[in-house]
Amino acid sequence: MRSIMIRLIPQAKWIGIASLLLVIAACNRHADVPRESFKTVDVTGVDWGKDFHLTDHHGRPASLADFRGKVTMFFMGYTHCPDMCPTTLAKMAGAVRALGKDGDRVQGLFMTLDPKRDTPAILAQYAPAFHPSFLGLYADAQRTAQTAADFKLFFKAQKPDSSGNYTVDHNAVIYVFDTRGRLRLYMKGDTPVADIVHDLKQLLAE
Amino acid sequence: MQTKQLIVHGRQHLLALLVMLGTSLPAWAAGLEVAHAWAPATVPGQQVAAVYMQLRSPVDARLVGIESDVASPVQMHSMTTQANVMRMREVPEVDLPAGKTITFAPGGLHIMLTNLKHPLKAGESIRLELMLERAGHHRQAVAVSVPVINRPVE
Repeated sequence: MRSIMIRLIPQAKWIGIASLLLVIAACNRHADVPRESFKTVDVTGVDWGKDFHLTDHHGRPASLADFRGKVTMFFMGYTHCPDMCPTTLAKMAGAVRALGKDGDRVQGLFMTLDPKRDTPAILAQYAPAFHPSFLGLYADAQRTAQTAADFKLFFKAQKPDSSGNYTVDHNAVIYVFDTRGRLRLYMKGDTPVADIVHDLKQLLAE
Repeated sequence: MQTKQLIVHGRQHLLALLVMLGTSLPAWAAGLEVAHAWAPATVPGQQVAAVYMQLRSPVDARLVGIESDVASPVQMHSMTTQANVMRMREVPEVDLPAGKTITFAPGGLHIMLTNLKHPLKAGESIRLELMLERAGHHRQAVAVSVPVINRPVE
């Protein structure tokens, strides 16, 4: 009896190991289902919003590849917007600050929908005023429109009034890319800072 | 008791009261209640600023214009959000029905200072003149002192 068992034990060990490996393999087939839970809209895998090609407020070309390794928050607005745009940028800055040291791994970007009035000089003052690391981005009218379209963002300048002032209707959205430059989250302008921080932490932990 | 309640934010109450006494406004204009007036601080490069407040007039009146020494022109804008599209539209005047509180607040009706002469710094105050009209009466300018504070981030 004992001799049979001794002969069986080595096979049992290998069968046991093989079974374990099979179970692990089966579990890993579901590993691409994210274990994260985002509070904002998860747009992972959409076939739009792949990249942008703009100029930053220092005059350097800027596209997503430049921010590889960081989680990027990309917001489109205009500086003649007294309410929603400064509020959203302040929230983005608040989120970066709330992350402490990890805030260094987040890049805030502000693209103007109004390059006619939002010159590089204005952007250079405006964007970093919310957080010193934030960059203002711009392009000519055609590329601005193309970029907004790439991100499915609606915007429309209104007719100027008697003083030449005009407003720009627009969606207020923060697009968030992961450290590999993939579009992951769509955050509406009214997202609470706590939710922004929560989701940034998830992306930073990937 | 012509200069009745002028409920203004914080210590601007007394200043506003003195302004009322100084300009001898008729009772109906002096009776305008202004509450929760504030302007968010602006950043360099920002040429427009929002001002928020609550107004309540004792009589039917209209706010037909606003002037400021830090910006010109000063406009009033409605803001609506439909399908996540922010739309601002200038409104030339705002009705102040008797006894009704009209609110200028973030995300809604707001006063917009354009062509700001300098950034608004938290801790300072700016002065606005609200132009009021009432049927059968002369237009009146009601001075309001508005404190500038850092925009709350939520």
